[in-house]
Amino acid sequence: MRLELVKRKQPSRAMLYLTPVLSVLLTMVFGATIFSLLGYDGPGAVWNIFFVPALDPNKWQDLGIKAAPLILIAIGLSVGFRANVWNIGAEGQYVMGGLAGTGVALATWQMEGWWILPLMCLAGVAGGMLYAAIPAFLKTKLNVNEILTSLMLTYVSVQLLYYLMRGPWKDPEGFNFPQSRMFTDSQMLPEIGNTFVHYGVPIAFIVALLAWFILSKTVFGFEIRVVGAAPNAARYGGFNRKRTIWTSLLAAGGLAGFAGILEAAGPYGQMVPQFPTGYGFTAIIVAFLGRLHPVGIMLAAIILAISYVGGEIAQSSIGLPNAASGLFQAMMLFFLLATDILVNYRIRFGGVRSGGAA
Amino acid sequence: MNEAILIAILVTVVGAATPILLAGLGELVVEKAGVLNLGVEGMMLVGAVTGFAVTTITGATFLGIVAAGLAGAGASMIFGFLTLTLTANQVATGLALTIFGVGLSSLIGAGFVGQTVTVLGPLFPPALAEHEHLRIFFGYDPVVYFSFAMTLIVAWFLRRTRAGLILRAVGENDASAHSIGYSVIGVRYMAVAFGGAMAGIGGCYYSLFLTPMWAERLTAGRGWIALALVVFAAWRPMRLMAGAYLFGVVMTLELHAKAAGFEYVPPELLAAMPYLATIIVLALISLRKSVGAQAPACLGKPFKPST
Repeated sequence: MRLELVKRKQPSRAMLYLTPVLSVLLTMVFGATIFSLLGYDGPGAVWNIFFVPALDPNKWQDLGIKAAPLILIAIGLSVGFRANVWNIGAEGQYVMGGLAGTGVALATWQMEGWWILPLMCLAGVAGGMLYAAIPAFLKTKLNVNEILTSLMLTYVSVQLLYYLMRGPWKDPEGFNFPQSRMFTDSQMLPEIGNTFVHYGVPIAFIVALLAWFILSKTVFGFEIRVVGAAPNAARYGGFNRKRTIWTSLLAAGGLAGFAGILEAAGPYGQMVPQFPTGYGFTAIIVAFLGRLHPVGIMLAAIILAISYVGGEIAQSSIGLPNAASGLFQAMMLFFLLATDILVNYRIRFGGVRSGGAA
Repeated sequence: MNEAILIAILVTVVGAATPILLAGLGELVVEKAGVLNLGVEGMMLVGAVTGFAVTTITGATFLGIVAAGLAGAGASMIFGFLTLTLTANQVATGLALTIFGVGLSSLIGAGFVGQTVTVLGPLFPPALAEHEHLRIFFGYDPVVYFSFAMTLIVAWFLRRTRAGLILRAVGENDASAHSIGYSVIGVRYMAVAFGGAMAGIGGCYYSLFLTPMWAERLTAGRGWIALALVVFAAWRPMRLMAGAYLFGVVMTLELHAKAAGFEYVPPELLAAMPYLATIIVLALISLRKSVGAQAPACLGKPFKPST
């Protein structure tokens, strides 16, 4: 039997929402098969990575904590991706945000006051924005590809982090470990009630809802969509391409920087060389899986958070290497990109028979 | 600085540049065919781990290199299927391929951490390979000579052969190439496979020659530098070679700094130099207005024959 692709008259809205679900399901089926072929307990890996964290209420706090930075960064990236601005250096902007906020924390060490934490957050946002401003400047002034510059800057930021941790910012009382001082109580995000969920988690969800409002209800949101979908129409409509590049990179950088300082002042409580954890890259998957839509991004971030937490569970329970969750995450993106064709085409079975299997 | 040290440094530079030269040549051909594959880093990692695994198991470096090329080509076929057959977005698919390569290589490599392989020595006899001056020509392993040869072959192929002409036509004007009967998708598949094989071989140069061992993310972003190199070279193979050696100088700065007696430069700054240099170089060449015009006209655009 032959498969044939027939172009739809208009993109299928149902498929737009179904394909992310389909890609997660396909990832589970293929993941189980591949991991079995590699000699691991494939179905067990899928069960541990995708179901155990979701079904165990003890893990839900973990999911929120992991999802928060992914939501913030992916929301920022989605603005750019909508407008065809490919910032893939969010990891670097996240690190720079964390470093800028840490700078404030170290400068205000032994001080007390309600203003310290907000100032750290502002510094975090500013740090991320300034770092994203470099590719924005190079793109708008010199037409340098933002994909390469933003990514190169990630490697630079990691080296800056190492330098600060081994040198100027090393904790003088830290037994020579390359890490910053511990943040004090006025420099750390408080936890909610008697959970260990910090306030960054609800903030991330609120930011997502705000972004939903801005993107769907304001002229700015409309402009971003038009520039991405039809650059020429946008130009005739008087929308400024350069301004869109700047806004989307600054929005992404600011939110990534914000995520960075929330991580530093939340789960870490100090700055450490292990700070770059790949959230900036995983957020790319979150943005696509969430269909560049704030609500979708919230759901996708929870799914990716599940795979992170599940990866840790699978590591301790069935000895699956840590890289397994990363592989599952990449497969989700592959399947999403592959099934995307169903949005604009439908599959017709039958057609012309062409000998053998096709 | 005496002559012997200078020659030693140049030999090191050639070694450091070889992986990005190979991966860059592959990507150059891919882009000439009108496809933008951002998955170079991922394909290099898959090649690096496969080459290392096969060499460790069989004890034959040659088999490791061949396997690395096949693995890179195999990984590139995932990209090819998604972007060429299913017309998925090339930028997003390339990124996905890199994320996939990082995960897959870590998973395969988990069992090989800490193991070592015997590094293949120079191709030529010691009389030439270890000669005080002549080693600058004869002191390299076979893969380096392979990279020299491939540069010439790619340059000749693109400029002088009929197949090269068709490949360029597909990259410059896919609709016309299609209308005169060439298979745009077929040519692009072959180019993508070649790019994957070259990235895979480039990647295994780290795990089999330069480092030589397996560690997670061994290539450390060099795949992205290879991509930048193609832009720097304005899609010309000989210029790509020159660019690779320039980057080789930057990548081995740590060694030069020590040889020249600079000991107080922070090692982190030296480690950041290749990436900073890439940004600066990209900015500088874009000052020349003509560069954008040199990119293949159909670069990154999906081709749908039916529409």
